[in-house]
Amino acid sequence: MEPILVYPDPPPPELAQFLDLSGYPWKPVGTVDAALKTEPDDGWAGAIVVGAGDSDGAFALCRAVRKRDTPVFPLLLLIAGSQVTDLELRDELYDDFCLFPFHPRELDARLRHLLWKVGGGTRPHLVEYDVLVLNLETYQASVAGRPLDLTYMEYELLKFLAQHPGKVFTRETLLSRVWGYDYYGGARTVDVHIRRLRAKLGEEHAHLIQTVRSVGYRFGQSRWGT
Amino acid sequence: MERQQDYVLRSVEERGVRLIWLWFTDVLGNLKSFAITPAELENALEDGMTFDGSSIDGFSRVQESDVLAAPDPNSFELLPWGAPGHPSARMFCDIVNLDGSPFEGDPRQVLRRNLDRARERDFAFYVAPEMEFFYFADNDATRGPRPLDNGSYFDLTTADVAGNLRQRTIHTLEAMGIPVEYSFHEDSPSQHEIDLRHTDAMTMADSVMTFRLVVREVAASEGLYATFMPKPLEGVQGSGMHTHMSLFSGDANAFYDGEDPYHLSPVAKGFIAGLLRHAPEITAVTNQTVNSYKRLIPGFEAPVWMTWARNNRSALVRVPVPKAGNTSATRIEFRSPDPACNPYLAYSVMLAAGLKGIEEGYELPPEAAANVFGMTDDDRVAAGIAQLPQSLAEALDAMASSKLVFDALGEHIFEWFLRNKRREWAAYKSQVTPFELERYFRTL
Repeated sequence: MEPILVYPDPPPPELAQFLDLSGYPWKPVGTVDAALKTEPDDGWAGAIVVGAGDSDGAFALCRAVRKRDTPVFPLLLLIAGSQVTDLELRDELYDDFCLFPFHPRELDARLRHLLWKVGGGTRPHLVEYDVLVLNLETYQASVAGRPLDLTYMEYELLKFLAQHPGKVFTRETLLSRVWGYDYYGGARTVDVHIRRLRAKLGEEHAHLIQTVRSVGYRFGQSRWGT
Repeated sequence: MERQQDYVLRSVEERGVRLIWLWFTDVLGNLKSFAITPAELENALEDGMTFDGSSIDGFSRVQESDVLAAPDPNSFELLPWGAPGHPSARMFCDIVNLDGSPFEGDPRQVLRRNLDRARERDFAFYVAPEMEFFYFADNDATRGPRPLDNGSYFDLTTADVAGNLRQRTIHTLEAMGIPVEYSFHEDSPSQHEIDLRHTDAMTMADSVMTFRLVVREVAASEGLYATFMPKPLEGVQGSGMHTHMSLFSGDANAFYDGEDPYHLSPVAKGFIAGLLRHAPEITAVTNQTVNSYKRLIPGFEAPVWMTWARNNRSALVRVPVPKAGNTSATRIEFRSPDPACNPYLAYSVMLAAGLKGIEEGYELPPEAAANVFGMTDDDRVAAGIAQLPQSLAEALDAMASSKLVFDALGEHIFEWFLRNKRREWAAYKSQVTPFELERYFRTL
């Protein structure tokens, strides 16, 4: 599945966390230019535009990605309750909307339905890297065919890392993307969970999660093969 | 929360889990559990499971006895033993009253309350215990304990049954998400030590409960017996649970100060001073059996005097020197607790004593220079070095007048614990021991 365009950059943390937890690939863009420049070859899988806050910028982006030869479709708007009247005469700019702050179950249902309508990618079911397989439907993980018994947070952490192989994450990023901003406990929490994940992966596969000294952690090989 | 519940429900279905054990801890630190079937799981996660608390040590109350076990879905783990193909799983529970308020007799809720107090001051409490225990051939108390070997500290013996046991134990622990830092044969025959890697105190208290069960289960699977009794053998080292502690403010180790000659911050010094000053009051909780005080005697590595030092293992509080540059490893080691304690309550009172020292700005006494064991009684008095309680009775007396322990444990557990332990002491005192017969029978 191609990534979903998400505006603005960075998006509200609860939206970023929702998308990660749901397993959708996504990419934040902050400007119309960025939306066009970073567009994947096969086009965006869809767009989620947050209009709560800077609605002018949001509608400008909607207009830019919709009024062109290959409009981005579907487009879901997130707006504050007070902005509902702004939707008048803008029907062509979006396919559905959701009130912000959103309820994760509602957003999930609307997004799934929109993506189903375009017949395009539902979210991927499997995340695979080397001998590691995560099934996002059943929440099960296995390494070299052996099932891993993970707690919920260990599973979410491993899923996040495995979805971004080769990328280095700081502890702070992992904390905010996997645990959410309101989590108390600090970056030590990340170290503790990484150590537990390695213990469960077993000696042979513990190296799948690499410590990048004084930066954070990386799953799998670096993009530069080091 | 919803996703965590989904995760648990789905995992039970996918893995064919037949039984889910709900775990909780009584006031004395015994693991208690009951099992539910997958059919009841969703209901248990939503509303908790009602049970009669009156038969659990320390849970009994005058009015009504029903309480709820509310499983913590993030503690869901498959148990690595049991019939292959039909796994069972466990979750730790908080015990709550029927109206949803925390149950005052639940040690896990006590620790949570104390951690919340630390959190109000922006502190997260991290601990790492060194778990010591003995393997014995059986658990027949009438014959006296029979060690498996005569190995000693760091011994690597061939055909070491206990060494294999330890390896299997570590494997099982790691598979259950309890990382091990070190393990080795301890000083005494058949005595072993497994050091757990630091985590937040709540996770660690849960891990200690799991640890004690895993060690016993693995031993039992070989027809052997493991014990956390503090002093099972006379004349050799007993089993302690030296506990390394640190406070973090955000990502910074609040114990570290690069400017200080000891690299200890005012927070660390206050914490140590609090532990030293309140040590007599909290000892009944960290060392809760009659037998605990057979370990806390001179001549072994267990602490007896309330001192602190960097490289002196006779001190009550040791400040290990971290590897250069590793500021986050700054920590202190509290050496009196033993592995028969209730970890939730022990961590609660240790934290409370430390926080009190920080809040009140207690001054840290000077480091104990020499080996305190080598000093004469007069020298120690002159240096103002006091002793830890020498018996359970002394420790209970010190606890009974402690507002600090009362506040940390809450009235329900405080009162129940004192009552229960005074009964234990009375039962012990009523014994006429072999020591007395041997010493007095013929001569008096």
